[in-house]
Amino acid sequence: MANELDRRALLQLLGFGGVVLGSGLPGFSLVQAAGGSQDFFFLQLSDAHWGFSGPPNPEADQTLKQAVRAVNASTARPEFIVFTGDLTHTTDDDAIRRKRMAEFKAIVADLKVPKVIFLPGEHDAALDKGQAYQENFGPLHQTFDHRGIRFISLDNVSDPGASVGDTQIDWLKSQLAKVDKDAPVVILAHRPLFDLYPQWDWATADGAKVISVLQPYRHVTVFYGHIHQENHHETGHIAHHSAKSLIFPLPAPGSVPKKAAVPWDPEHPARGLGYREIDVKGKARTVSIQEFDVKGAKV
Amino acid sequence: MRLSLGTLLGLALLAGPARAEDTAAAPRVIKIVAKKFDFTPAEVHIKKGEHVVLELTSADRKHGFKVPELGIRVEVQPGTTTRVDVTPQKAGKFAFACDIFCGDGHEDMTGTLIVDP
Repeated sequence: MANELDRRALLQLLGFGGVVLGSGLPGFSLVQAAGGSQDFFFLQLSDAHWGFSGPPNPEADQTLKQAVRAVNASTARPEFIVFTGDLTHTTDDDAIRRKRMAEFKAIVADLKVPKVIFLPGEHDAALDKGQAYQENFGPLHQTFDHRGIRFISLDNVSDPGASVGDTQIDWLKSQLAKVDKDAPVVILAHRPLFDLYPQWDWATADGAKVISVLQPYRHVTVFYGHIHQENHHETGHIAHHSAKSLIFPLPAPGSVPKKAAVPWDPEHPARGLGYREIDVKGKARTVSIQEFDVKGAKV
Repeated sequence: MRLSLGTLLGLALLAGPARAEDTAAAPRVIKIVAKKFDFTPAEVHIKKGEHVVLELTSADRKHGFKVPELGIRVEVQPGTTTRVDVTPQKAGKFAFACDIFCGDGHEDMTGTLIVDP
């Protein structure tokens, strides 16, 4: 406990642009019923692209393992971990896809954490509409409650055209209908739900429909991956936070004429890679974010 | 080769009203071939105000062709020619990309439509 307190004392709200990076997620009846005012944290890992090889990361077969070791080395245990997609790098060969998924599962099975939530990325699920993914990781979208927060993971990748689709949007509506408009809701997805930079395909085809469904809910926070870097954006009162990858960083949206991986820097092999801790505190269910590199150092 | 009439009709709305001089002469046709994982040509020049027709075909599988800043978004199917009427009204460089995930290299399947003043 002492270690946890020491470590947590190191955590602080990150600032960006003079704004505290945190989302107020006030408590509500579910919080009271579930004793949900207890502080906790979970980790977001994303875009491992297991199976990738190439100059952007000559250590591609080590980075995920390094992150697993870093997570396990911490004395403070997250209550769960969420992988927001692109667990594996895509391939046209179904057998290789399944092999990569099996290898990925074996690596992350070493994580010392009670629960791991998986989401698909287009690299995992777009070429076979999620068939191999479901065999290995379960449903393409799901919901669960944790300490008073309704978590909903969405699939915006198994359709190669990056649509969530009306069927899933209806399901989303049905899940949200079960909670109060003041309920704290966390949405997990792979691709951005808003038009971050459609010129680079950084969008969800029907993301605007999803956001309109979320709009009536007053305390919604979205965590996603796909763009291999941190990005913080708000659509109205909904905050969207993308995570770094575990394979190679990509340039800031529109910052270069052609999207390409940021070149590998042998002097700083972990630059731009990492994972994040998401802390939920107090009855207000305030969310704060702390970024870590793949060696577990705070950045 | 089959003509995608539905697409053609739908895109007439996106292209904006044809100008009088456009109706007098046949528009210039620019052929673009999509294949894993590029567009040929990857750079297309059009003059501002020029009425052109982009003729898109696929050499292998279904791809997308999206020019977000010009409001263009179509699917390109093998064996089908998808025609897109374009009359750009502002000069500049407009990125286009495949927006249907097509495999390892999909992210590189991009190009630029350059509207010259």
